Amino acid sequence: MLETHPDLTSDVIFGLGWLYTILFLMNIGWTLRAYNLKLENKFLSGLAGSHIPSASVWAIYSGVLMMTALAHFTGSASPESFVVRMPEFVKTGIDWFADPVRYFCLSIGLFVGVVMLRKQFVKPTVAWSLLNLSILFLGLSMTDYDFRLIVGKPDNVPIVGMLFILAFFTWLYFKRAVENDQRIKDGRPLVEQEKNDKILVWPDLVYSELICMIALTAFLVLWGIALQAPLEEPANAAATPNPSKAPWYFLGLQEMLVYFDPWLAGVVLPSLILVGLAVIPYIDFNKRGNGYYSYEERKFAVLTFLFGFLPLWVAMIVLGTFLRGPNWNVFGIYEYWDVHKLEAANNKNLSDFFWLYWPTGEMLGGMPKYNPQGGATEMVISILVREWLGIVLVLGYFMVSPIIMALTVFRKFYVKMGFIRYMVMANLLLWMAALPIKMVLRWTVSLKYIVAIPEYFFNI
Amino acid sequence: MSIGEYIRESQVWKSIFRHPAPYDRRNRIVVMLTNFFLHLHPVSIKQQGIALSYTWCMGGITFFLFLVETITGVLLMFYYRPTLEWAFRDILSLRDVQTLGIMREIHRWGAHAMVITVWLHMYRVFLTGSYKPPREFNWVVGVILLVLTLLLSFTGYLLPWDQLAIWAITVGSNMAKATPFLGSEGPGYQLLNVGNYPLITPISDARFLLLGARNVGEETLNRFYILHCVAIPLVVATLIAIHFWRVRKDGGISQPL
Repeated sequence: MLETHPDLTSDVIFGLGWLYTILFLMNIGWTLRAYNLKLENKFLSGLAGSHIPSASVWAIYSGVLMMTALAHFTGSASPESFVVRMPEFVKTGIDWFADPVRYFCLSIGLFVGVVMLRKQFVKPTVAWSLLNLSILFLGLSMTDYDFRLIVGKPDNVPIVGMLFILAFFTWLYFKRAVENDQRIKDGRPLVEQEKNDKILVWPDLVYSELICMIALTAFLVLWGIALQAPLEEPANAAATPNPSKAPWYFLGLQEMLVYFDPWLAGVVLPSLILVGLAVIPYIDFNKRGNGYYSYEERKFAVLTFLFGFLPLWVAMIVLGTFLRGPNWNVFGIYEYWDVHKLEAANNKNLSDFFWLYWPTGEMLGGMPKYNPQGGATEMVISILVREWLGIVLVLGYFMVSPIIMALTVFRKFYVKMGFIRYMVMANLLLWMAALPIKMVLRWTVSLKYIVAIPEYFFNI
Repeated sequence: MSIGEYIRESQVWKSIFRHPAPYDRRNRIVVMLTNFFLHLHPVSIKQQGIALSYTWCMGGITFFLFLVETITGVLLMFYYRPTLEWAFRDILSLRDVQTLGIMREIHRWGAHAMVITVWLHMYRVFLTGSYKPPREFNWVVGVILLVLTLLLSFTGYLLPWDQLAIWAITVGSNMAKATPFLGSEGPGYQLLNVGNYPLITPISDARFLLLGARNVGEETLNRFYILHCVAIPLVVATLIAIHFWRVRKDGGISQPL
């Protein structure tokens, strides 16, 4: 790696000083909250055997933050010897996840963790600690040149912001849902049913709207002043950038291109995502959970939606934005984008396995070939024989597995939904599952296409 | 009589505002019914229906961002010409010379924000189960608006005519080439023929329709400009009207039944 750029400069250290100052002020507020609520620190009091107020722990933490901020302001003159930076072993550890397999497992793990541990996750102290950790992570990571380069791209800044906002709203959802689930269990009225008198829209709503509009305008103007909109070199059709990326909100689709051909990743799957979203109200027959937050009341719907939105959409956008570099290789967030990084791609089609690698091919006399000058019928038959296994598997996946599911796991669903609605739902679920299935097949057995008919651009 | 009262009692004021100032309960109701802009709202509403922790305000923010994008967009149109000769230079001059240059920053950041807020709006509506009857159809309208928001952002992405712009659009529009039957590299395009003449070729396929040319060029710039500034906003504005109208007709903001 070329060491032409220093990890730390005076400007960066000084800027981070402000970040730690803000974090310090936030935690002063949190300390006061803990003091006013007279919270007890269960964890520490267990260790020390006495009652330690939570506020004292937060006060000590805030003090450390203040000193960190001061160290940044006073130490910015000599960046080479500045000590507060992300330790190398942490960088190496985090970059270890820069691999599609590990990254995908990590995002699934996080998703499952949040859902399973939702009752812990919704506690304010846990959420606040996670927020602190993520800001500290961001601050420390900013001491790395390559991290700054990718996160600091003007168009990427909104995505970093989106992650925090999305985490907050997911937290808020679970907080409300856990509360409502408990209330339903106890037979108490929902949060949404308390303090629910009719009030006049003027002034209560129109003034909130006015305040919101003014705040947003101010926010946009400040954002516009602070961060210039990106403008690169003039358009040049002869100079292809490496990597060429679609706009950020389509990077989930571009990521699918690794596993599927463009007709699936770029046309069929996006269309199905939209159709799938549009038909949700018509296939969700569950009448409960209408107009309030809940999880237990509609587990299946919520889990399916969250799985599609968080690991399969947002996490893919993050992967495409921050980790995909030249030649669409995956790079760690602290890693230099080396154009010459090589990754062996030696993927085989299912028909290659059947005719060339498994003993079946030899037994049946080798892969079927056709004469390119011959008739179309001969060619089609030869292709169908060559790809028979893949075609059977794909047809079976979409036509037989709904029936099996209707007889087993989705028995109740089938009875309640009727044939058409059930088939629509089952097929949409199968399409959604197709992405992770193809991913796993690619990673485990280097499978390229299940059905490979390049003659007609028909590869699955 | 104070000046304020004098103005409010004048013939001109009364001709514009059809109601007295909303100082008492009666007039606070009347104002909502007689003002064109306010009559989008109901007169009264349940407290929880406007609680931020319930609504997240994301739909309203998305609408507000649409208005911001319209206003800043119109201002940008004064300074921008969608031609190969001028597009990039006009953006440069917006950045370096024009007084109203910050409109471009607000427009771009507002567009990113709008994509995010429209997702969050959908997130909230899903998580509260608000798409359930009687609001099914309005959810569908919302999904269409979500797509149109992405298309607005996508078409606008090309207009600065820099490397970022044309290559993002090239990557995105290459997908259209692979449309089944209608793309020149899509499965099954060979099946569409008239006699021996293929119907689907690189100059007659879905990608050509999108770009107006074989590659992202001046025709594309013009096409995307019109889609971005006229065609899609008109459709979006119409659908927003329907979306709001249905919110009211379907019983207002969702509540526990």
